[in-house]
Amino acid sequence: MQKTIDIPRELMTEKELLQPGLLSCQGCGASLAMKLAMKGLGERTVVVIPACCWSIIIGVYPYSTLQVPVIHVPFETAAVSASGIRAAFDARGEKDVVVMAWAGDGGTFDIGIQSLSGAAERNDDILYVCYDNEAYMNTGIQRSSATPVGAWTTTTPEGSIKEEPKKDIEEIMLAHHIPYMATASVAYPDDMYMKFKKVRYITGTKFIHLLSPCPPGWRIDPSKSVQITRMATQAKVFPIYEVRRWGFSKERGCLEENWKYTINVYPDRELSTKEYMQTQGRFQQITEEMVHDVQKRVDRKWDELVRKADGSGTRSQDPGGDSSL
Amino acid sequence: MKQVIKGNYAVSYGVKLSRVKVVSAYPITPQTTIVEELSEMCASGDLDARFIKVESEHSAMAAVVGASTAGVRSFTATSSQGLLLMHEVLHWAAGARLPIVLANVNRAVGPGWNIWADQTDSMSQRDTGWIQIYCESNQEVLDSVIMAFRLAEKAMLPVMLTYDAFFLSHTSEIVDVPEIEQVDAFLPSYQPEFKLDIDNPRMFGGLIGPEYYYEERYVMHKDALEAQAHYQQVCKEFNEIFGREYDVCEEYRTDDAEVIVVTAGTITSVTRIAVDKLREQGKKVGLMKMRMFRPVPVERWRKVLGNITKVVVIDRNLTAGLGGVLGSEVQATLYPMENRPVVYPVVAGLGGRDVAPDDVIGIINYVLSNDKPTDVPLFWGLKQ
Repeated sequence: MQKTIDIPRELMTEKELLQPGLLSCQGCGASLAMKLAMKGLGERTVVVIPACCWSIIIGVYPYSTLQVPVIHVPFETAAVSASGIRAAFDARGEKDVVVMAWAGDGGTFDIGIQSLSGAAERNDDILYVCYDNEAYMNTGIQRSSATPVGAWTTTTPEGSIKEEPKKDIEEIMLAHHIPYMATASVAYPDDMYMKFKKVRYITGTKFIHLLSPCPPGWRIDPSKSVQITRMATQAKVFPIYEVRRWGFSKERGCLEENWKYTINVYPDRELSTKEYMQTQGRFQQITEEMVHDVQKRVDRKWDELVRKADGSGTRSQDPGGDSSL
Repeated sequence: MKQVIKGNYAVSYGVKLSRVKVVSAYPITPQTTIVEELSEMCASGDLDARFIKVESEHSAMAAVVGASTAGVRSFTATSSQGLLLMHEVLHWAAGARLPIVLANVNRAVGPGWNIWADQTDSMSQRDTGWIQIYCESNQEVLDSVIMAFRLAEKAMLPVMLTYDAFFLSHTSEIVDVPEIEQVDAFLPSYQPEFKLDIDNPRMFGGLIGPEYYYEERYVMHKDALEAQAHYQQVCKEFNEIFGREYDVCEEYRTDDAEVIVVTAGTITSVTRIAVDKLREQGKKVGLMKMRMFRPVPVERWRKVLGNITKVVVIDRNLTAGLGGVLGSEVQATLYPMENRPVVYPVVAGLGGRDVAPDDVIGIINYVLSNDKPTDVPLFWGLKQ
């Protein structure tokens, strides 16, 4: 039996900023994710979109499905374009406007990582969201550095299986000392909504990593995309957690550096990596040995995460739970 | 107020006087001191602007594209490799119709590493849709920055102004720095028709099919052509306020000339000396200094160059397999004319090789003693 979740009432009543007419595939995680993100962020938001599925999904000129200002930018420039817009809005005296870069995994892990690293190092006051569908899906499923071990893509065909582990983008971003990093997925809409609501109140570079199911690319039934994404978290392949840099010091009466990891969703059942992978056609060519290695990696990362979270004294099951930001 | 300043500082003063709101730039020799000076101006509050210290030139251009779309006056500067790295976003800025101003210090392109004057960097960006203005002196550099914003915001196209590495970037000259009140009168604050606006949300730069793209580019081309007339108007108004005359190109002793030398950048100053010396010998020689390279001032070039016997174009740039860029463009522009002159394309001074008045005299004497060019182009001063 699946546990039921309490959906925050606001999630149902917030203004709908995403209108019908999306050009996405059935079961597209990125589309649902934008709907949830915008509910959390609200109207005073500018969206920056580099080349990615969302370049198409949003609609063809002269139509847009998103009811906030949107700018499309070159593939590798999502973060720094947001930085430029941030500077301009600051100059205009509109500091409360959230500038959100919304990029795919190719635009984040690969071609856009330089400008993302630059913006994060400068701690520019932007929100960067990577909706990660684990390959170049918009161009027809090619390998990216976010593609997991053993996944089929058109550039990792039979006989050329991907052996390299996926980049750990979360640790890469945390290594930039940004004030807030979180993961989320459409399988936990309440958690995702809360996180997008919260980032509006954090100054500096915020990074949110979304696991975003892609039925054509993952070789799954569109009706199963949310369920399979949920399994990714249950199998600990994609833990849902958040990390913040600053905490309030009662002693000093101000914010001070105090890294805090919070696991927002603890798996509610035992599930192996293998069981998760078996739900998807893309993992058909993976070997037993590879599955074994991936499982070990997943376990190690999870143990580390639990250690870090417990070390900070937090064992929260509340979605988007850490409100001490 | 008259000051003795280097070309790079002339740019910084121009930016300050233009009340730019967002600057984003990355250091590269010999442009670096622009970045340094602007950083100081922003830090001290002399210039009320945000300076985004990016990790590359590609990002510098992307940042100002973002800022300009958000409706504020934006500036960047670069040189050589940096300009080439910006290439993709240069196209984007022009296609997005953003009035960004960029100062490019003309420097050779590697390999090998060569930081000296050469215009291949900016000439090779000719198809990006940017308006390009070439400068000869530090006064012209400063004035051109201010005029560039006026032009860009009228034409809704980005403007690149260029000047030669070291010959101007690091050479001090007397420059009359305008008063801010005068500049304010000449250059009002930027009021965009469209911008990223919460109260009036629009989408910029999205997916566009074959049914619209073609016309959009045609309109951009037409607007680029019109930019020539806009610039002449801008120069006229600038002259009225500041008393310094500029145009899309400049003529020197062309009235009864039989030979006209076409130049861009600092080779112009050298050619002026050469023209004077040859005039003393009774040789009917003149000079046309190219300022506006894009859009090509076709009618103006035809008017100046169309009815004389010989035209020499000196290019400090190279498109390998053809020759100098300006030479081929002058030829193309004059080709439809019935009495078109014989054009002598010359390449000289690549990678900062000095071009002295005697070199230009040598080039002109070669032209005077040959009815037709013996080499197309003539590579002047090549070591054997």
